[in-house]
Amino acid sequence: MTETTSDILLLAFGSFGILIALTFVGEVLRAREDPGFVNPVLDTYMTRVQSWWGMVAFVGVALLMGKIGVMVLFAFTSFAALREFLTLTTKAQADHMSLALAFFVVLPLQYFFIGMGWDGLYTVFIPVYAFLLLPIVSALRGNADKYLIRVAETQWGLMIAVFCVSHVPALMTIDIAGYDDRSVLLIAFLVMVVQFGDLLEYFFGRRIGKTRIAPGLSPKTWEGVICGVVCAMLIGGLLAWITPFGIWGAMAMAGAASLVGLLGSLVFAAIKRDRGVKDWSHLIPGQGGFVDQLDSVIFAAPIFYHFTKYFYG
Amino acid sequence: MKFLRQFAARIVGQSIRIFARAITAVRADWQGIEPVPKQRVYFANHTSNGDMPMIWSCLPPAIRRTVRPVAAADYWLKNKLRAFVGPEVFNCVLVDRRPEVKDKPMDKIIAALDEGASLIIFPEGNRNMTDDLLLPFKAGLYNMGLARPDVELVPTWVANLNTIMPKGEVIPLPLICTVTFGSPIHVQDGESKDEFLARASDALAALAPEDRA
Repeated sequence: MTETTSDILLLAFGSFGILIALTFVGEVLRAREDPGFVNPVLDTYMTRVQSWWGMVAFVGVALLMGKIGVMVLFAFTSFAALREFLTLTTKAQADHMSLALAFFVVLPLQYFFIGMGWDGLYTVFIPVYAFLLLPIVSALRGNADKYLIRVAETQWGLMIAVFCVSHVPALMTIDIAGYDDRSVLLIAFLVMVVQFGDLLEYFFGRRIGKTRIAPGLSPKTWEGVICGVVCAMLIGGLLAWITPFGIWGAMAMAGAASLVGLLGSLVFAAIKRDRGVKDWSHLIPGQGGFVDQLDSVIFAAPIFYHFTKYFYG
Repeated sequence: MKFLRQFAARIVGQSIRIFARAITAVRADWQGIEPVPKQRVYFANHTSNGDMPMIWSCLPPAIRRTVRPVAAADYWLKNKLRAFVGPEVFNCVLVDRRPEVKDKPMDKIIAALDEGASLIIFPEGNRNMTDDLLLPFKAGLYNMGLARPDVELVPTWVANLNTIMPKGEVIPLPLICTVTFGSPIHVQDGESKDEFLARASDALAALAPEDRA
């Protein structure tokens, strides 16, 4: 077994340990309740923990399978996220072909270019080529009604669901001296610090949060966000051994990723509020949709990618 | 041979269901009823040929086995493949819409109800290609409700299919499709045909998601 594999297994078992503890706490609370009484908070908590079990298992298996596993996992995630996003956007029948191209050509090509490690192309493919070509395809059908809104929202969907999400597996293509095949661990690092930051932001926000960041948009508070980012930095420091960053570097990277991610989820809250929906979809029990689950990772991924490349690549 | 055809019909049915789920993540939203095997007529809006398979796919197995979509014979008997899929996979009640034909559609529908089947019908009669939410309903729904008053008439809204697969397009878009089941209605004592059809149409339109544009 290589060192990388044993590190992934160690992380997976660590996560399973945390999940066992969370499940145990939930079951104890449930056992202490009167039979027949349904506690909605506890039920939500338990469905969420169950979804977490599934996610840790999926990501763990994908990381163990290496490059192919990670690419397939994130390509499907992009597909699910783009589907959720474009279900809510403005579109007309004139956009049918450009939307079909977005799903069946742009998305696979983006992951193909990442698989090739062609960073000169995958960093501009959607912001430049898709940005220019898909509106042409829509315009050819000659329907000007809400044209700018239609093409702008489609491009937003592609940027969020494909471009940003694909920067998670793109971390594997960065060449870092002496780090070699361990770059797959950067994915585990990014996902773990951002998701734990989210979880602890929620926890502290509930406990001590007072000052809302954007009242009317989201219940997030400055106190919660600061605690979440500090916790993410501490977790980043603890996970420094899987990164090439060193302790202080790992803490800084974790803090930056978590901060961008937490503020990014405000953006998604604004979009959901605008469209009058509570969740992006119902595909993950207890969590809403893929975009709900990943909103902060989506925002953090390109920043984390470019910081890593600039400072360590 | 009969056994083989039934087996093939099951395989094709499962494939259609899996395909619908994989592409559109079709989800049933049971707003007004519970998903229990009770005799019902699900009446739905009709914008695309995918409507019926979509409703069929999101029903739980126990209900799916007893449900029979009412469909046009001229469409489903056009070629051998359709003649297999319509009557044998979906177990359609095929009705002939031409007025000169002897066996009246309503007789076949009532016969299916008397055998205990639930039905899926599209009371607009044709696919809705207009910008209106619904076309005026045909009388069939009223006649069913009058003839078999115990059967629940359930409004069923299929959202998004006209964007997923509009008429004239070949590639279906993978967008999320939701099928919403509302509260059942019945024909009330002394209610006229037009009153009832207007009420049924309103009950169905109430399930449509608000236009967000």
